[in-house]
Amino acid sequence: MLYNPPSPLETRILSRRFGLPNSASLDTYLATDGYKAFKKALEMKPEDIIEEVKVSNLRGRGGAGFPVGMKWSFVPRNSPKPKYIVVNADESEPATCKDRLLMEYDPHQLIEGMLIAGLSVDARVGYIYVRGEYRYLIEILDKAIAEAYAKGYLGKNLLGSNFSFDAYTHTGAGAYECGEESALLESLEGKRGIPRIRPPFPAVVGAFQCPTILNNVESISAVPPIIRDGGAAFAALGVPKAGGTKLTCLTGHVNKPGVYELPLGFPVDKMINEVGGGIRSGKKLKAFIPGGSSCPVLTAAECEGLTMDYDAMAKKKTMLGSGGVVIMDEDTCMVKVALRIMRFYAHESCGWCIPCREGTAWIRKILTRFHDGMGRRDDINLLGDLAKNMLGRTFCPLGDAAALPTISIVEKFREEFEAHLDGKPCPYERELVTA
Amino acid sequence: MTFSPQLEARFEKLLTSYPPGRQRSAMVPMLLYAQDEVGSITEELVEEVARRVGVTPMQVEEVLSYYSMLHRKPLGKYHVQICTNISCLLTGGAELWQHACRKLALGHKEVTADGQISLEEVECIGACSWAPALQVNYDFHHNVTPEKLDQLLDSLRKAQ
Repeated sequence: MLYNPPSPLETRILSRRFGLPNSASLDTYLATDGYKAFKKALEMKPEDIIEEVKVSNLRGRGGAGFPVGMKWSFVPRNSPKPKYIVVNADESEPATCKDRLLMEYDPHQLIEGMLIAGLSVDARVGYIYVRGEYRYLIEILDKAIAEAYAKGYLGKNLLGSNFSFDAYTHTGAGAYECGEESALLESLEGKRGIPRIRPPFPAVVGAFQCPTILNNVESISAVPPIIRDGGAAFAALGVPKAGGTKLTCLTGHVNKPGVYELPLGFPVDKMINEVGGGIRSGKKLKAFIPGGSSCPVLTAAECEGLTMDYDAMAKKKTMLGSGGVVIMDEDTCMVKVALRIMRFYAHESCGWCIPCREGTAWIRKILTRFHDGMGRRDDINLLGDLAKNMLGRTFCPLGDAAALPTISIVEKFREEFEAHLDGKPCPYERELVTA
Repeated sequence: MTFSPQLEARFEKLLTSYPPGRQRSAMVPMLLYAQDEVGSITEELVEEVARRVGVTPMQVEEVLSYYSMLHRKPLGKYHVQICTNISCLLTGGAELWQHACRKLALGHKEVTADGQISLEEVECIGACSWAPALQVNYDFHHNVTPEKLDQLLDSLRKAQ
């Protein structure tokens, strides 16, 4: 059963098997073009596989949006060291719940993507790093992996070739920061998930200090359709600098929240009002987060004419991110939103870099005081200053992830902070009580 | 320490899942799977896992304190984890959390006297489009209402 009904406005490429009977089984996968792309890739030269991924204009779906084909081309294929494929299934960016579905409904698509990635850089082993809370998905993936071994899609000399590949799941144990690729690699090696200094990047020094392809579940799941139908077909679905579709998680004050696969460049207005069925209770849009809580927040006015793609978001000084869309209506208290976002980052900061450890904790304290009606006028600027002092001053992007939404909320919704001053209770909570 | 045959099989698989000399990689998965069976990370478990992956108990301690799902004290048989992060906050997650606290007379990471239920306010669990959401142990519950939460907590009180 699907978690939410599909929308007729979707372009279902990665999600085409969602909702099919036994969609996670090898039989269903094989009956719907499964492992055809792997067969095709076995006949291709490794550099041609990478070229096809480059042609597809696939950009990293975990949040950073880095071109996937280019990332693969950085792996020194002729290095004498073993190479690894690592799938980032640590989905933990708040508002993001799409990789879950790709693993639940179509685990073989992910395995096939790993095989093709393996062929492209001569890697023989792959790990799927799954967040600890997703235990049921580890069971689904382990079952799919066992099925693939039994039918000769994993193991030695696959389909009569000289290519062998082993795949494993690896559970995390609760740490947002392990979604950052170098922290994930540390965690995979049995250490605290503290990010590494880069360069060197994982392509050269990755898992077990060896060259590694490391991509998000959605990125790797896009590889079989790209190889099967050609990179150009995938590219054509999107916009010039970003090919294909994006699994988009509509969350918050919307009538039909859900995960929908939309072509890149999809209009925000159409996404909210047609795919998502509009704002709940006929209210107006106040604020919008395009891709997870680490993105700068946009106002309703900034969403006018905006499309869901990397460059359009960059022009508005925000990010497409992970596809975790948050829709906030006119009754939302933005001080409360800023506080809840900061509570999260303060909780998840590993404490390695001082600007992040101290910055997140202080901003959380000030916002807590502010929301309780004990804010001082100076605090508004202080919040912005503290956040700006974190930007670019930490090893990993967690510091920026905490700073960016805070700066945007303070700048764009300053009047809401002022409305909490002078001992006044939160104007929105009062409304809730009387309603 | 002795574990169930299923857990022993899982350990054996984990110890051969990583490159030679990299058994340390199995540490966190072993701790989490063992915690599910033992109830918490005990001193004895730390030593056992350290021995099996070939590191010192201190090295295990150093790693386990980083991961929020690994805990040194036993939680309830049913660990109720309510998300109040952004998407859940906007759809009533914080109210669910307060409701559960009042109903069970428990706070964050507290356990009922009979050890049946424990409560935790958690960060995003990846159920944002079906918010508000919670997990009981590893099971997801989506689109939770106060009424559904009442029914759930009542059934957990009686559950074996």
